[in-house]
Amino acid sequence: MSSLIFAVDIGWGATTAIKTAIVLAIIPAGALILGYVFLLKMMSHMQSRLGPMDSGGFHGWFQLVGDGMKFLQKEDIMPEAADKRVFAMAPIVVLMSTFAVYVVIPVGPELYVRNLDVGIFYALAVSSLSVIGVLMAGWASSSKFALLGALRAAAQLIAYELPLLLAVVGVVMQAGTASMNGIVQAQVDGEIFGFGGIGLPFILTQFVGFALFMVASQAELTQPPFDMPVAESELVGGHMVEYTGFRFLFFFMGEFGTAFAFAAIAATLFLGGWTLPGLDMDAEYMKVVGPIVLFTKVMLIAFLMFWARFTYPRFREDQLQKLAWKFLIPLSVVNILVTGAFMVWV
Amino acid sequence: MADTPIIDIDPQTMSLLADSQMNLELDNGDMILNMGPQHPATHGTLRLVVRLDGERVLSADPIIGYMHRGYEKLTEYRTYPQITTLINRIDWLSSFANEVPFIHGAEKLMDVQAPDRAEYIRTILTELSRISTFLLFLGEMGLQVGAITPAFYGFRDREYVLNLIESATGGRFHPNFNRIGGLKDDLPWGWTGECKRVLDICAKSCDDFDRLVVGNEIFQQRTRGVGIITPEVGLSYGVSGSNIRASGVDWDLRRDGAPYLSYKDVDFKVWTHPDGDSFARYWVRLQETRESINIVRQLLDKMPSGPVMAKVPRIIKVPEGEVWVETENPLGQMGYYVVSKGSTGPFRTKIRTASFSNVSICPWLLQGIYVPDVVTVLASLYFILGDIDR
Amino acid sequence: MADEIVETEKVSELMSTFKKEVEKAFGKDIIESEINYGDLIIRVTKDGYRKAALICKDVLNLDYLSFIAGIDWMPMPTESEEGSGDTSQPAQPNEMTFGIAGSAGRFQVFAHVQSTSRHVGLTIKVDVDENELAVASWVDVYPGADWHERECWEMYGIDFVGHPEIRKLYLPGEFEGYPLRKDFPLLARVVKPWPGLVDVEPMPGDDGSEDEESE
Repeated sequence: MSSLIFAVDIGWGATTAIKTAIVLAIIPAGALILGYVFLLKMMSHMQSRLGPMDSGGFHGWFQLVGDGMKFLQKEDIMPEAADKRVFAMAPIVVLMSTFAVYVVIPVGPELYVRNLDVGIFYALAVSSLSVIGVLMAGWASSSKFALLGALRAAAQLIAYELPLLLAVVGVVMQAGTASMNGIVQAQVDGEIFGFGGIGLPFILTQFVGFALFMVASQAELTQPPFDMPVAESELVGGHMVEYTGFRFLFFFMGEFGTAFAFAAIAATLFLGGWTLPGLDMDAEYMKVVGPIVLFTKVMLIAFLMFWARFTYPRFREDQLQKLAWKFLIPLSVVNILVTGAFMVWV
Repeated sequence: MADTPIIDIDPQTMSLLADSQMNLELDNGDMILNMGPQHPATHGTLRLVVRLDGERVLSADPIIGYMHRGYEKLTEYRTYPQITTLINRIDWLSSFANEVPFIHGAEKLMDVQAPDRAEYIRTILTELSRISTFLLFLGEMGLQVGAITPAFYGFRDREYVLNLIESATGGRFHPNFNRIGGLKDDLPWGWTGECKRVLDICAKSCDDFDRLVVGNEIFQQRTRGVGIITPEVGLSYGVSGSNIRASGVDWDLRRDGAPYLSYKDVDFKVWTHPDGDSFARYWVRLQETRESINIVRQLLDKMPSGPVMAKVPRIIKVPEGEVWVETENPLGQMGYYVVSKGSTGPFRTKIRTASFSNVSICPWLLQGIYVPDVVTVLASLYFILGDIDR
Repeated sequence: MADEIVETEKVSELMSTFKKEVEKAFGKDIIESEINYGDLIIRVTKDGYRKAALICKDVLNLDYLSFIAGIDWMPMPTESEEGSGDTSQPAQPNEMTFGIAGSAGRFQVFAHVQSTSRHVGLTIKVDVDENELAVASWVDVYPGADWHERECWEMYGIDFVGHPEIRKLYLPGEFEGYPLRKDFPLLARVVKPWPGLVDVEPMPGDDGSEDEESE
């Protein structure tokens, strides 16, 4: 990306710095937008209440920004028996794994940080580093509730990695490549029974994979119905229970930033990413329209995630594991087999 | 579940543990977890000292008394009208229903009968408080299990009922409307029409809960088969109300006990469920809410006219005697054993509350279940701390 | 007072049959029995108290335990003289009188059991010897007696022989004294005396139907 939209020539160091800065800015911004629109406003309206209305004047849009500032100015408290260094490092580990996912998400024709050939596998591998952060947080908090939450989280996150990955394998098989840009390209070039008008968004053929991906990503984000680790009415926050102030802000940003990232990955893999059927992929205006298209698709997918979040009660830990091991993983393997069969014979 | 709770820590240590003067760590790998007294799952200041093996509960010991206000001692220092303001606060969610047995006891000893209209209005207000507290239960049990939304619907619809009670009595939570011999005032103009409108809203809300919570597969998975109370054990522990009806015991004091208020004039069904698990307790309370709506509708149609207060002397002196009065409160069987020696205040009042016995079954009930199920079971038993601690 | 079976309707058939059944089952253990406002109250001997639990559960089918409580019949010692207009507590008679079915002394334990199928209730009273405050425990017959007996022990000091672990239920561990006894003062009054009015006045503008005593 040596020439931006303004066709200016700048060196490699500067581009990398700009890309890093943009990603660093997107994560809190994305978390804010998701949090405000879905968590505060959509949830409230579905529960027949209004949500924040006063902060910032118009329907309380400033609420989360104000919350962020509030967190930043809080006193830094650590439990007396806590392991100080590990306690401080845990939120940073979680946040780092979130940042690293954004490296491969393509936002426009040449708007990506890196075009890795193993793009999607890299993204999923790096996002599972957050398990370590969760375990660090739970252990270092020296609280029984935190420990219980962290252990539950570790078991859950590891169990749901598999359906997540296997659901993506079907998409990779159909696209022929694991690179995210390649997958977007394959969706644009594909044809539905010979009709090439709208390309082939993989949600049409990989609908099982899409459902699996949504369920598994809900579990990866420890959102209800899979929020046993953070069960609000039992463990009051699980591994995050002893965290306040800006450390809790990191966890919060990590959770919503990862939600944004997973929604973006789902939009890229299944809905066609930053492309729209009628628009020419290589045109210059796509550098502006592309991010807008992707943003819209992200909001659609996030709507589904958050809707499930506050409708369903939570699974118990053993029911959760049973769902993953006995139902989702066999289903995803069957999905791969059927995809392969279709590709060979059709 | 074993027949006797396993508490192999000696009583002395348990008392010190209860007083938080000691922090107990066990050698054998079990963990002692302290749920409460500040905890979102125990509604109020109930404390559960739970001994865990991994996620399984080995023994659970409820420690109560954080809200003990000494009601039975206080009643010895108060006159009868002053006591009605006190006992309002025992079960603060359905506070009208707490006064009724006490007032009836005093009226029985004084040989005073409240007029029919007063009894009808008392019944309507008791059933309205039952509806309001059950709507709260239906909402917050979903919350305890993890669904955030039903709680808001429960609170929203409860507001209509509370506004109705406020317009009649002047108080949302603690109306203090009963007087010995009748009621303080008659109903305001237009109240019956408004009441019918609110009942329609509540009926729709019950249907919403039916679809949102009862029909939800995850909710059923979390509550079916969890915390089963067998009828014999439940009755010998003193479990009453919807909890024991959910175990199949067909017993409702409105129909089976000594006749009180105006229940003999209405037709209503007593709902039971054979299973005895948490789901059954939720389901029974949902049906009872609908039944209460039905009862109030019948009473509104049949309401007689007349005075609302009988002739009683200005200073209430209750003649000597003893009486035991029990009623079917929303939480269970509530009763007062009033001993009077002919003065303006009682000599001794034994207040029998439902949640006290409902929670005493916890050591037996919580053995061998998972930690998340502890929350489900406690939510389904539906106790109020003021009712336990008096 | 012991002759008062003050009911506006006659004692129901159900209760009379039940009373005969109870008297036959208990035999010599009953000291006195009476039907009072639709509830049968019997007073049993101290040795018969534990047996009473077994009879209730197995023979009479009274499956539901309502409560077990204590009562202290001693009149409350008042610090002020008669007629001083002290309104801090309602005036009670000064001699010790007992309730329905009498009592042998100051302390009694009474329990109420019911049958959910036959819709009858039975109150069992037993005298507790003032010098040796102990009665048998009902825990192995009705497990729910556990908490009731713990509360009765901590409030009155009555020991329940056979209870697996009597420890405090409501009060903190170091609390001394037995609060519900009549000679234990109400701590709130000790801390701050009752600020009430001396005379009882009518509320402004009432017409005789207001029956509340002003403070």
